[in-house]
Amino acid sequence: MTRVLDQQSRYWLLVMPALLLMTVFYVYPLIQVLWISVTEPEPGLGNYAELFTSGFLHKIWWTTTRICTLTTILTVVLGYIVAFAMAHVRERQMTAMMFCILLTFWLSVLIRAFAWVMLLRTNGMINDLLMAIGLTDEPLRLSRNEFGVVVGMVHFMLPLAILPIYANLRGISPSYVSAARGLGASARQAFLGVYLPLSKPGIISATMLVFVFSLGFFITPAILGGGKVVMISEYIRVAFEETLLWGKATMLATSLLFAVLLVLAVVGRFVDLRKVFGAT
Amino acid sequence: MERRLTFGRCMMLGLAWTVLGFMVLPMLIIFPVSLTDQYYLSLPKESLSLEHYKAYFTDEQWIDATVQSVIIAVASTVASVVLGTLCAIGCWRISTSRASAVRTFMLLPIIVPTIVQALALYRFWIDLRIVDTYIGVILAHTLVSIPYVVITVSAALAGFDVRLEQAARNLGASMAQTIRHVIVPSIMPGVLSGAIFAFTISFDEIVMVLFITSRNVYTLPKRIWDGIEDHLDPTIASVATMLIVVTLALLLAELWLRQRRSIARGRASGEA
Repeated sequence: MTRVLDQQSRYWLLVMPALLLMTVFYVYPLIQVLWISVTEPEPGLGNYAELFTSGFLHKIWWTTTRICTLTTILTVVLGYIVAFAMAHVRERQMTAMMFCILLTFWLSVLIRAFAWVMLLRTNGMINDLLMAIGLTDEPLRLSRNEFGVVVGMVHFMLPLAILPIYANLRGISPSYVSAARGLGASARQAFLGVYLPLSKPGIISATMLVFVFSLGFFITPAILGGGKVVMISEYIRVAFEETLLWGKATMLATSLLFAVLLVLAVVGRFVDLRKVFGAT
Repeated sequence: MERRLTFGRCMMLGLAWTVLGFMVLPMLIIFPVSLTDQYYLSLPKESLSLEHYKAYFTDEQWIDATVQSVIIAVASTVASVVLGTLCAIGCWRISTSRASAVRTFMLLPIIVPTIVQALALYRFWIDLRIVDTYIGVILAHTLVSIPYVVITVSAALAGFDVRLEQAARNLGASMAQTIRHVIVPSIMPGVLSGAIFAFTISFDEIVMVLFITSRNVYTLPKRIWDGIEDHLDPTIASVATMLIVVTLALLLAELWLRQRRSIARGRASGEA
């Protein structure tokens, strides 16, 4: 028995360096953020009062929620189509599709945002093309507005939606749909009544992943919004850099963190989060 | 499964490839732009030119930023791979609910919004006086890479037979010897996958760098960010093209390793 305990504690020695590093240099700073948000400039919940009183903050939270919701809906619908196709084609075509997805997934988010700036800006390529074929006389405003931000965000989030949905769809046996068809259901009925309900876990995981990552997304909205569309993440940076008010910046950061945790807590009741994040 | 090319099937494939085109085309367009003969961002007008690649290789600032990024990425990859691998092995061997709680705890940096961690680390880095230093950036990147190493190594360990480890210990190998000669060689594909993830994360990381560095440390993503913010110089397109090629190489390496891992797992379960 003592030898077993000894063994166990020796294995804890392997875990300790990473655990300590994470606790001291990651968790402690996060707690410090919480702490500052209720102590600066004076102790109390004064900073948080602004969440309820400031019309400007309401506007930013509203913009954030609206863009995140729109992005999530578009991404999950488009992602479902791709995942559905992947689950219904032969190996070779599936591999080609997967390769496109993984390449997008791996490429730096900065480079992807850059590509979209190049395409969407006023004298960018899409406007050049539209004017060349005579669809429009003046360049359209495609970036520095919510349209550009949503396009860039959907582009970033698509792999995050496709991969969990595909993992789910791959596990659905085609015999269920065949059985439904054999019993006289139309293709539409078989899809809506049998296939779609079976793919619910994948849809929930994808929706949650996309929504959570959208909430705190910084780079793409900052670049494609061009300062005109301000979401909470960017506002934290701007508020902080312009005013250096630690109390306000940490209050906003804390609220964002709690918004994310809230979504996770709600969704966690329906799906195994550890599986979604790849921990098991 | 029916394989007839029905109208519905054509619709589905058409839609799916349209979405995939939307995903891939913006990247492909960067390549011709990087060869433009103009001094602003556009498709080549009269001829193809390597001017903007030359601009990258002759500009000390771009080269310097690249070198800094490579140094930081290599250092943080080594640190996160060592720490993450040991942690995953420990948790795997202990395999109690407490160990699995530790593994979940390690995923924290994936869940916390980047802007929140950037602000938090910046504040703490001020107290530690490591703002705008290599060590500060390497430490930050190590912290956010560890989860990915823990995930890939844990996945590799799931296919490793515990009895091999016990056999080595019973034959008198010390814990260090067992890890070095028995465990690590057989989970190498998982460790290398983790390393590729860690390298990519550090090499592309921008949000924390915007907070915790100013003039002294100036990484490649920060230079690209500043370039996009002010004048959209076509040199960025040439840098982006080269980064796409590097990403492609890393992705292919990772896919190859993943295949090796699943072969190893198949073998392990076949023997068990």
